[in-house]
Amino acid sequence: MGLKQNLHNLKEKYKGTKMAPAFGALHTFLYTPNETTYSGTHVKSADDLKRTMNIVIMALIPTLIFGMFNAGYQHYLALGEIEAVSSGFFSSEFWAWSNFIIGFIKILPLIIISYGVGLGIEFIFATIKGHEVEEGYLVTGMLVPLIVPIDTPLWMLAVAVAFGVVIGKEVFGGTGMNILNPALTIRAFLFFAYPTWMSGDKVWVHGAVERAGTPDAISGETILGGLAQGNDALIDGANNLWNAFYGFIPGSVGETSTVLILLGALFLIFTKIGSWRIMLSSIIGALVMGFIFNSVVDAGIITSGSKFYGLMSLDFWQHLMIGGFAFGIVYMATDPVTGSQTNRGKWIYGFLIGFFSILIRVFNPAYPEGVMLAILLMNVFAPTIDHYVVQSNVKKRLKRLKAKTA
Amino acid sequence: MSTDIRIKKGLDIKLIGEAKQITTALPISSIYAIKPENFHGIIPKLLAKEKSEVKAGEALFFSKADDRVLFPSPVSGEVVEVVRGAKRKILEIKILADKSQQYQDFGKKDITNLSADEIKKHLLSSGCWPFIKRRPYDIIAKPDDTPKAIFVSAYASAPLAADYNYVLKGKEAELQVALMALAKLTTGKVHVSANSNSPFANLKGIEFHTVSGPHPAGNVSTQIAKIDPINKGEVVWVVSPQDLVIIGELLLTGKFNAQRIVALTGAQFNSPNYVSVLPGMKIKDIVADNLKNENNRIISGNVLTGNKVEEEGFLGYYDNQITAIPEGDDYELFGWLVPVFNKISTSRALIFSWLFPNKKYNLNTNMNGEHRAFVVTGAYEEVFPLEIYPMQLLKACLYYDLDEMEALGAYEVAPEDFALTEFICTSKQPHQQIIREGLDLMIEEIG
Repeated sequence: MGLKQNLHNLKEKYKGTKMAPAFGALHTFLYTPNETTYSGTHVKSADDLKRTMNIVIMALIPTLIFGMFNAGYQHYLALGEIEAVSSGFFSSEFWAWSNFIIGFIKILPLIIISYGVGLGIEFIFATIKGHEVEEGYLVTGMLVPLIVPIDTPLWMLAVAVAFGVVIGKEVFGGTGMNILNPALTIRAFLFFAYPTWMSGDKVWVHGAVERAGTPDAISGETILGGLAQGNDALIDGANNLWNAFYGFIPGSVGETSTVLILLGALFLIFTKIGSWRIMLSSIIGALVMGFIFNSVVDAGIITSGSKFYGLMSLDFWQHLMIGGFAFGIVYMATDPVTGSQTNRGKWIYGFLIGFFSILIRVFNPAYPEGVMLAILLMNVFAPTIDHYVVQSNVKKRLKRLKAKTA
Repeated sequence: MSTDIRIKKGLDIKLIGEAKQITTALPISSIYAIKPENFHGIIPKLLAKEKSEVKAGEALFFSKADDRVLFPSPVSGEVVEVVRGAKRKILEIKILADKSQQYQDFGKKDITNLSADEIKKHLLSSGCWPFIKRRPYDIIAKPDDTPKAIFVSAYASAPLAADYNYVLKGKEAELQVALMALAKLTTGKVHVSANSNSPFANLKGIEFHTVSGPHPAGNVSTQIAKIDPINKGEVVWVVSPQDLVIIGELLLTGKFNAQRIVALTGAQFNSPNYVSVLPGMKIKDIVADNLKNENNRIISGNVLTGNKVEEEGFLGYYDNQITAIPEGDDYELFGWLVPVFNKISTSRALIFSWLFPNKKYNLNTNMNGEHRAFVVTGAYEEVFPLEIYPMQLLKACLYYDLDEMEALGAYEVAPEDFALTEFICTSKQPHQQIIREGLDLMIEEIG
């Protein structure tokens, strides 16, 4: 008996009180409830929302751990204390404990703030409204630390999380009802409220901001940032390309390693939790847009004097490996609540995300990454896409009726 | 023109406890009960008074909406009790059965000489009308309708369902007569779907279709959609094969003999097999000593669409299956986290049923999670063969948008079509109940 029985007794005690949702959330975390079916199907499949969300978190863990190593690696590399990686993905320069410790100390507080503030708000809303605490935030809370720059001040993150959860989700009715992806709402809030902390060449490497202006100043430019300035030194050459693919580059905490994101994507597709339709069509969309830009450059319409030349002339397939594109389409475009809900709609939705990501990436002078805005934009249009997809089904039915009565 | 119906989308839920093909005829037990709630949407008006004697086939009550639709007693005996609930709603009509059964004589009929109206009248007066259901809405047919077609599904694909080829063996004569009678009631055809060695295969006057594929291939909606989909304003009728046998026997002998072969299935039966009983029989008398002495869930029907019954309860009027599975009223430590080998899922979220496609499972009644808002998308479509967007239709039902329900295909569905989506639902939404309430609203508002 023991713990299980004690918790059961507590549950009975709290039943019907204000405490019930909060207690239930903790209790069901430990034990799947003893609830049985009462009507409809008497047996149920083994999936529940906790399991589904947990699969996504599992797919994120490798990028989180990589992000911790990368934080330290970029820091020491900028300081000139270590050599750049030389022997592929498993280079000892990268996978060093000293690197990990820096990242761990910096990133753990981000995770704690993200979950603490976000879940706190969810608990409060659940208690006030008397419904269960839904699991949506489990994934959001893990995504948020991975898509912000390493040195983001904790208070800033807390404010953004509070904004994102309340305005992005709770006002619509909580998990399952929101229009915009909550994690991206949080990031967009940070981006527009504190732009100096979210772009430039100082924010991507731990320690760069506080050293700015001192003789010890360090910096780390992202590849995208470089290309936006017309500087392709960071991506030129096979070595740099491999680094971008492995993720040994500056960027937001967890989004740099394309190879680990790819593994995560395969895991999500295999478990049938993530939509392969969205991922694949996003990639196609990005390649198409990239290819169009390449053609424009090849045709001589844009010359090397143009400020768009750097990004436009980048080989179209290389777009997939830089910036937050891969991370965005694998973990955030696939959010089932804010994405398209019909299978055919998912193709259109994904394609447009990829297409607009590269478009915004190239033409937005202030901010060289487009995937966040592309996903948010398509979140808004997802219901419209679904509407037309569903209408085609409705029309088919009407046509059948007409053929019959004619 | 016969159609070869093949379904790819769907899911066979393979459970332990398939019935062995041995049939025991059980003796008449003492108390039988007819529950008006088995007849969805019917408000009963009592004909039989307490303490009065009834014969098998004699009406117990009629429908308030149409007094021609009679509901007969399956046994002869004394009406001992009318159990009423809140607002004097009739819950059960209990009958103490006679030792030797008396049948009301409705007279033998030679259907070749009968007109459609005479057949209708005969089915109504003999209490066989409730066997005929209609689509849209999945309710008992209205006598004044003329359906565009009549559908019979003799292919049972639900979990552990009774094998129609076995239970209908030797009933060809009754089936043939019943189908000929029904054929006169429709302007269109009588479509029967089954596999090729079904007793229906050689019957005359029908369109025979072969069916294959996972559940819900046997659901009649799936077959209608493939053969002759329902459009707005159209009505089709649906009859189950075992009820056809009862209709056939009535026409051949003049007796209303509701005897049917019921499959006892599920892991909690010591020896799952078939029994021959009358509907309304007490569950305890049917299952007798056959059940394991554990915490059991007894279901009149199958695990997807049946009703929960107690041992003191009664066999549902239409049911040809009793399923007993273990209750799952226990907690599971980190149930959402650990890999799962003993449950079924269509996802592979550390649930390994995809590795063992032929394994038979012993599922219990645990919810495996809690009720949540709709979140996951794209999963329902994998088990839903109709050309309908299931989640969009469910949501339309939830927000009572009649126009949208109509446009999305609500006329073509029955609650049972949403049993599989309900089974796999990550958010544990009660799909069948949502659809039933949606259809009821349509009946009320559109009719």
